[in-house]
Amino acid sequence: MSVNTEMAVHVAKITQVAEKVKRFRFERIDGRPLPVFSGGAHVVVAMRDGDLLRRNPYSLMSSPYDQSAYEISVLRVEQSRGGSAFMHEHVKLGDTLIVSQPINLFPYDVRGRKHVLMAGGIGITPFMAMMDQMTNEGSNFELHYAVRDRSHGAYWRELTERYGAHRIKIYCDVEKLFIPTDAILANQALGTHLYVCGPSGMIDGVLGKATALGWPKQNLHSERFLAPPPGNVFEVNLNRSNKSIVVGTHQSILEAVEAAGVDAPYLCRGGACGQCETSVLGCDGVIEHHDIFLEPEDKTSGKKIMICVSRVKGQAITLDL
Amino acid sequence: MLVQGIKSRPVYTGLEIDVNARRHLFALEGEGIEALHEQVKTHGVEFLKTADILCVGSLPKVTAEYMWQAPTIPVLLNRLRINLINAKMGTRLYLSGTEGFIGQTMKLALDQSIDFNSIRTEHRGSLARRVQCVHCKGITDDVKTSPYKCTHCGLNLLVRDHYSRRLAAFQGVCIDAEQPGNAPPPVEMFP
Repeated sequence: MSVNTEMAVHVAKITQVAEKVKRFRFERIDGRPLPVFSGGAHVVVAMRDGDLLRRNPYSLMSSPYDQSAYEISVLRVEQSRGGSAFMHEHVKLGDTLIVSQPINLFPYDVRGRKHVLMAGGIGITPFMAMMDQMTNEGSNFELHYAVRDRSHGAYWRELTERYGAHRIKIYCDVEKLFIPTDAILANQALGTHLYVCGPSGMIDGVLGKATALGWPKQNLHSERFLAPPPGNVFEVNLNRSNKSIVVGTHQSILEAVEAAGVDAPYLCRGGACGQCETSVLGCDGVIEHHDIFLEPEDKTSGKKIMICVSRVKGQAITLDL
Repeated sequence: MLVQGIKSRPVYTGLEIDVNARRHLFALEGEGIEALHEQVKTHGVEFLKTADILCVGSLPKVTAEYMWQAPTIPVLLNRLRINLINAKMGTRLYLSGTEGFIGQTMKLALDQSIDFNSIRTEHRGSLARRVQCVHCKGITDDVKTSPYKCTHCGLNLLVRDHYSRRLAAFQGVCIDAEQPGNAPPPVEMFP
């Protein structure tokens, strides 16, 4: 059971914004306004690829107040499971897709005195909507945006023009410019919040430095969507549904469960939100936890699994589904 | 008679020094200095080199980088506000003393955009409460009994566990509304 009420949209515009980044604009087919969202929200986009139904989460980057359309940006990932490649190669103007209601697991804390945003590459997208909202609400922010080079980095030019170079700082790998994280984190007023979105290594590095500099966890926010990693084939026994299914190499448990016609709860499909937490009743093998939601003691207990990204190394697992 | 089991009842989990903090800002009242003494026993004196200690009542028996004694809570609040405005991220706030003191200093910190969950607190000293009369909105400090007579409007008030961080006060509700003047005798519940 998903908590989403899905909406049919058509692709109203496709823009190549950088070498490997395309922006898609979605408008509702029934012509009704899309729901207002809050900066940092994402939607799950469902794509019909032959017999396969792909569902990927993408951050909304358009203005949260614009109900005429939603915009997302998709990076073409080399080691893609197919979602980003499908969006880049097969989705054409006018195509129909299904999007979920917006879900926000990465909102900004309106109580903060100031907001420091750090983006790496395509991690810029949630901040596009967030900065629009912050501007509307009069919140104080600055953005530090790291890109490989200026042709790879989407949006750095329009952001600098809109918000000014005093608030938008660009750092290019090829120009040997890197975010001076220590200096930035050491010189913020008490009551400042930090938001990081980008590659896992960047998020871990920045949050680790902030903690070492005495930032409390309540002021640290991050978002990363993990793609379900591939692995060996294994069997899943669904206790309540009384079904036995097989999870393929490039499939997640959640995808296999859905393909078998069983409705399982989910929100982010990227190991972050906790919605798809499932009780493990038995396991013939070792659970490979890939999520960032469960506490370490939950992971070692072997009693819980996030079925959107985690797998089993072994023969079979029995779930309370 | 006390309405208990209410989620807003604050929980004080202890001062516990954040070893990563680059500055330690303490606001202590009365017996609250004992909470600091215990942290020195556990962690040694190293953290005091980067500590600011503001006190109502006697100063703790330690040497910190900065120590200051206020005659009353309102005077300490004025000073603490300035410290918070000028502080940088990496400063950890520690509050210890009576509930009324912790509540008022925390309210000040909330007004400076600090998340209450990031503040380390330890209750020391009297259990007396700071209570708001929900009828006239008058706040009375050091309430030791329930019911008590509102010092502003004179109603007989039942003291509840219902707490407001925004007001830094428990809520007092009229106990004899149906039969005015027929309130049960006050019981000392917060010595």
